Amino acid sequence: MAALVANRSKVLLSLVGWVVVLVFFFPVLWMWMESLKTEPQAASSPPTIFFVPTLSTFQEVLSGDFPPFFINSAVASIVSTLLVLVLGLPAAYALAIRPVKRTQDVLFFFISTRFLPFAASLVPLYLLARDLQLLDNIFALIAIYTTINLPLGVWLLRSFLLEIPHDLFEAARVDGASFFNEIVRIVVPLIAPGLAATSLICLIFSWNEFFYAVNFTSSVAATAPIFLVGFISGRGLFYAKLAAAATLSSLPVLLAGWIAQKQLIRGLTLGAVK
Amino acid sequence: MKIAGRSILPPVAGRGGERVQTAASVSRREAWARRLPLLPAFVYVFLVTQIPFALTIYYSFFSWNLLKPGSFRFAGLQNYASLLTDDLVRSAVLNTVVLTVCVIVISVVLGLAVAMILNSEVFGKGVMRTLMIAPFLIMPTAGALIWKHTLLNPLYGLLPYFLTPLGLGRVDWIGRFPMVTVIAVEVWRWTPFMMLIILAGLQSQNPEVLEAARVDGANALQTFRRITLPMVRPFIELGALLGSLFVVQTYDSIYMLTYGGPGTDTTNIPFALYLVAFQGFNIGQASAIGVVAVIITIIVATFALRTFFTIFQVEPRR
Repeated sequence: MAALVANRSKVLLSLVGWVVVLVFFFPVLWMWMESLKTEPQAASSPPTIFFVPTLSTFQEVLSGDFPPFFINSAVASIVSTLLVLVLGLPAAYALAIRPVKRTQDVLFFFISTRFLPFAASLVPLYLLARDLQLLDNIFALIAIYTTINLPLGVWLLRSFLLEIPHDLFEAARVDGASFFNEIVRIVVPLIAPGLAATSLICLIFSWNEFFYAVNFTSSVAATAPIFLVGFISGRGLFYAKLAAAATLSSLPVLLAGWIAQKQLIRGLTLGAVK
Repeated sequence: MKIAGRSILPPVAGRGGERVQTAASVSRREAWARRLPLLPAFVYVFLVTQIPFALTIYYSFFSWNLLKPGSFRFAGLQNYASLLTDDLVRSAVLNTVVLTVCVIVISVVLGLAVAMILNSEVFGKGVMRTLMIAPFLIMPTAGALIWKHTLLNPLYGLLPYFLTPLGLGRVDWIGRFPMVTVIAVEVWRWTPFMMLIILAGLQSQNPEVLEAARVDGANALQTFRRITLPMVRPFIELGALLGSLFVVQTYDSIYMLTYGGPGTDTTNIPFALYLVAFQGFNIGQASAIGVVAVIITIIVATFALRTFFTIFQVEPRR
C-alpha cells in the first residue's frame, strides 16, 4: 500500500515536472519546428502545427549571407578563449600555487573589472577603436572579449589549481623543472577539466555577446547576433529564415553546454560550486 | 557538490602554513619571480579597463558631441546636473531596478521549485535537466526574436492562438505590456541558471538528515523550511548575486523586443547609455552616465561583496 502511494506520488511529481520543463523548453522546440517549415507555413494564421519538415530554409540561409557572420563569431570566440587560457593560466598559477603578495586584492581587482558596468569604459574604448581604425574590425572584438572573460578565467582556473596536491610541485622543483615545464607537464594534464570549464564559459559569453558586437562592428566583422538584428522588424515575415538562423547561431553554445553540463555549473559560479 | 563558503576554496594563503610557503616570507627576488606569471594578465586587464575608466571620468566634465566638430569644451558639472533632470535617465534607473528585482526574485522561486522536482524521485531526470538548461544556452538575441515574432505576434504567434479560447487572443503583448514581456523573457532565460545552482545545493544535502527528520515526524513543509531551505540558502544567495550582476546589464533582449520603448517604458541603464552614446553621440553625457553607473554599482557591490566574501571565502580564515 505504502509502495503504491509512493509510486503514485512519483508519477504525479514526474508529470508536474515534465509539464514545467516542457513549458520552458517549448520556445526552443518551436524555433526548431519553425526552421523546418516553408515561409508560408512558418507565418500562418492559425499557426501550422502539423507539416512535412524541409531543410530548404537551412539551405537558403547557409548559401546566403549568413556564413561570414557565423565565421566571425567563431574567430572572435575561439581566439579570445585561447588568449584567456594563455594569459589566465600563469596568472592563476601566481594566485594559487606560489601566491604573490596581496593575492586577495588581485583576485578582487580581477572580478571587479568583470562586473564593472560597460558604461564605465565604453566611450573611451569606442573613441580609441575609432582612432585606431579598429571599428568593424574583428581584432577589437577579440581584445574586448578577452578582457571580459579573463577575470572569470583567472578565478576559475585558480579554483582548479588549488586542488592539485602541493607535493607534486615540490617534487618537480626538486627535479629542477622550470616554470614553463611545470605548467606544461604538471598543470595542464591535471586541470584538463578546468581548461574545459574555462573554455566553455568563455565560449558562452563571447559567442552570445551583443552589446559590443552591435556597437563596434557593422558589416565586415559583424558576428552572428548582428545577422539576427536584420529580423527585428518582422516585416516580410521571414519567420522560417529567422528560426533557421537562430537555430544555427545557438547551436555551438547549446551543444557545448549540453555536453559539458558538469563544467557548466562550476564555470558559471566561478568555481564556487563543485 | 560543495559550495565555496562551506568547504570549498582553501583560503588564499591559508592552510598554507603547512602547505604553501606563505607570501610574506619570500625574498624580493622570489617575490618578482612569483609576480611575473601574473603580470601579463594583470597589465592587460588594467590597461583595457582602468585607463578607459579614468578617461570616462575626464570626459564627463566636458561638453562634447561627436556630430558637432569642435564642440569639445569644459562643462564642469553640467553633464551631471542634466542627469538629475533628465527623464530618460530617471526612468532608466527605475526600470533597471524593476527589471533586475523582478527577474531575480521570480527566477529564484521558479528555479528552486524546478530544482526540488529534479532532486526527487522522478522519471527521466537527466533528460529533464538537459532540456531545462536550453533557454539559458540559446543566444539571447535569438531567443528574444523567437519570442517576439513566432510566439507573441498577435496575428501569427502561437500564444495568442492558444489563448483565444480564454478571451485573450490577438493581444499585442509587447505593445501593451512591454516591461512584463521583457521580464518574462528574461525569467525564461535565468530560471535554468538558478535551477542549476540550487540543484547542486540540494544534491549536497545529506539524505540521512532528511530521513531522520521524517522519522522524527516532521512533515514535508517543516522539513523544507527547517532543513532544506537553510541548507540551500548559500546557493540561492550565490545564484541571486551572480544573476543580478548579469541582469543589471540586460541589453540584448530589450534591443530586440522593445528597443527601449514604447517611449522610455523599457529603457534600462545600458540601453539609455546606448541611446546617448550611439544615437546621440553625446560623449560628455554618456560619460557622466558611466560614472554614475559605476558609483551605483559600487554602492550595491559593497553590500553584495560581503555575501561574496562569505560564499567564496577568499579571506583567510580567522
